[in-house]
Amino acid sequence: MSHFLDRVETALRDPDLKTALGRATERLGSRRSVSLDSLPDSDAVRDMARRAKLGLLRDLAGNLETFEKNLIKNGVQVHWAEDGAAANRIMVDIAKSRGCKRAVKSKSMATEETHLNHDLLEAGLEVLETDLGEYIVQLAETTPSHIILPIIHMTKESIGKVMHEKIKVPYTSDPEKLAKIARAKLREAFLSADLGITGANFGVVDSGALVLVSNEGNARLVTTLPRVHVAVMGIEKLVPSLSDLDLMIKILARSATGQKITTYTSLVTGPRREGEADGCQEMHVILLDNGRSRILGGPLAEILGCIRCGACLNACPVYKNVGGHAYGDTYPGPIGSIVTPGLRGIKAWKELPDASSLCGACRDVCPVRLDIPRMLLELRKQAVDEASIPWALRIGLWGFGVAASRPWLYRAGAGLFRWASGLMAKSGWIRKLPGLAAGWTRSRDLKAPAPKSFQELWRQRPVRPAPAGKEAAPVR
Amino acid sequence: MPKPSKVQLFHTCIINEVYPEVGLAVVNVLERLDIAVEVPLNQTCCGQPAFNGGFHADARKVARLTVDILSATKGPIIIPSGSCGDMLTHQYHMLFADEPAYLEKSHALSERCHEFSMFLVDVLGIRDLGAHLRASGPGVAAPKSAYHPSCHLLRGLGAKSQPQTLLAQVKGLACAEVKDQEECCGFGGMFSVKNSAISGAMLENKMRNLEASGAETVISCDMGCLLHLAGGLHRKGSTLKVKHLAQVLDEGMSGR
Ligand code: SF4
Repeated sequence: MSHFLDRVETALRDPDLKTALGRATERLGSRRSVSLDSLPDSDAVRDMARRAKLGLLRDLAGNLETFEKNLIKNGVQVHWAEDGAAANRIMVDIAKSRGCKRAVKSKSMATEETHLNHDLLEAGLEVLETDLGEYIVQLAETTPSHIILPIIHMTKESIGKVMHEKIKVPYTSDPEKLAKIARAKLREAFLSADLGITGANFGVVDSGALVLVSNEGNARLVTTLPRVHVAVMGIEKLVPSLSDLDLMIKILARSATGQKITTYTSLVTGPRREGEADGCQEMHVILLDNGRSRILGGPLAEILGCIRCGACLNACPVYKNVGGHAYGDTYPGPIGSIVTPGLRGIKAWKELPDASSLCGACRDVCPVRLDIPRMLLELRKQAVDEASIPWALRIGLWGFGVAASRPWLYRAGAGLFRWASGLMAKSGWIRKLPGLAAGWTRSRDLKAPAPKSFQELWRQRPVRPAPAGKEAAPVR
Repeated sequence: MPKPSKVQLFHTCIINEVYPEVGLAVVNVLERLDIAVEVPLNQTCCGQPAFNGGFHADARKVARLTVDILSATKGPIIIPSGSCGDMLTHQYHMLFADEPAYLEKSHALSERCHEFSMFLVDVLGIRDLGAHLRASGPGVAAPKSAYHPSCHLLRGLGAKSQPQTLLAQVKGLACAEVKDQEECCGFGGMFSVKNSAISGAMLENKMRNLEASGAETVISCDMGCLLHLAGGLHRKGSTLKVKHLAQVLDEGMSGR
């Protein structure tokens, strides 16, 4: 796989990407703040939602047990998958043993994480994504670049081009026309599919209900039309009760798209029962761990409270400049910079926690107030402790630590730097720094140190008479 | 808190080495308010560069020195830079999580730490310092200035209005409106070196919006941002100047 910094360079050179991202994130950001303001007592709701999520995580094992019991009571078959490969295997087994041939999917990040489509195709099944954005992603043979808006990185022109090339329809860049064409294609698929695959936005512990929110209504069709419905859900996606679900629903759409509520909210409580008008004949839930229980035991546990609203992506100045694909895995943006190293280990992903200026915009917008900057700092520490960090950097910071903790040495070092930068500077500015610091002078100059430090000037300052009635002159 | 007669200045490494004039401006403003300023000697840096990069052991060495030096003094500690202020008030707790003695000291210290603008507005209750900037000539419109709310000051310390409150009262100064004002300038310490390309793109957006605002000066309360913006603007050959809030107040109070 290419290196993070290479992917960044590619992204920064793509003018289409900047246009598409700029337009979308600006619109979403302002809609979000208006919409959250419209929620009476939004701060209190956010606090309650956070408490509900984090409280649940404290006894995740117990809650999962209860959830499983309630699922079974509802007639749902439950499977546990330790990793992505296991989840995909379970899915393929279910499909094969039930004689399923065509699968329709509604948007699910968990199955992106396990690369399910690849395994299903390999096993000889037909798979079709039915979320409009995901459908385009599938046609374009790429991956989603945002957790809510998979094709945020594409302009309407490039979407038109993909549809023209892949399904041979006349080129248009009119979003309405494009949506209409896609819908017609998808309608056929819904009716002929025998397997419906979904993720889950939430699982309600006390009732064993799966909650799916969508704006296109495709989740409803996927869960009701095909014979068999299989949901893949991360083990952290639980909420304790229906009243907690109410909190989550209140903040999810507002934070994600600035809507008060998504168009469709489905609570699925098992396969079709006697006398019911619709529903699948058979329903399964695959509970996916894939590294989550490892996160749970450590200092990043808080991240499992994420409700995947995507607000932190839209607020992040790094994401806005480089887009989702630069992050190299399923989850992009600030959330990805924590989840990816958390799930897959810091060693191979040590550059992600560095992809942040720690400006805190993500923490500000997060509806469950996750302290993302704190976790990024934690991961940077892990990277230093466990991963290979360039020696020059290690030595540089070690030197900084040694010098800055000994004032005399620090002064000597600063003096040396003052002298060296005097040689490098032209009229007070350095245009090119050597070694590791060269990145700085790539796009900006560095002001050279002043001829005399503050402390030197301070010592030379004439002592002022104390103001009348006050104690003696300040200590120098 | 009653008005203290004496404060300590944590001058930060950037002020000490690169922008000593900012430190002097801070002292001038405080002294004009009849507050004596002490500068604890032997202070070096808050340790943020190492902490930020994940080098906690190295950062702790520096932070212990800072904690020891500041703990030996009394009274409010003034920090004229948002991110160093955030480091001292909040991040030391993470750094010393496993070192009870220093954790306790750093908690005590964080009670005494105040970022410059927050000290003036929240502690001293000042809104108007009577600062007055003179027009550069008869009939010349007041120069426009843009305020840059540095991330660590804004979101870390929660200074949502204090610097603007003080600026709004400076006569002869007009405030410019800046698009995406609260967005990061892309400094982030080592971020600007390690991820220099993204940082550069963020800086570019910021400079574009600042220049479009029609401001002559960009004012901030964070030395990192000022160093970053100044470097970008100089490379670009821009006429936009950068200043610390204390410099503007100092100028206005001295009637310059
Ligand atoms: S971290 Fe917070 S803001 Fe980001 S996706 Fe998760 S819930 Fe939303």
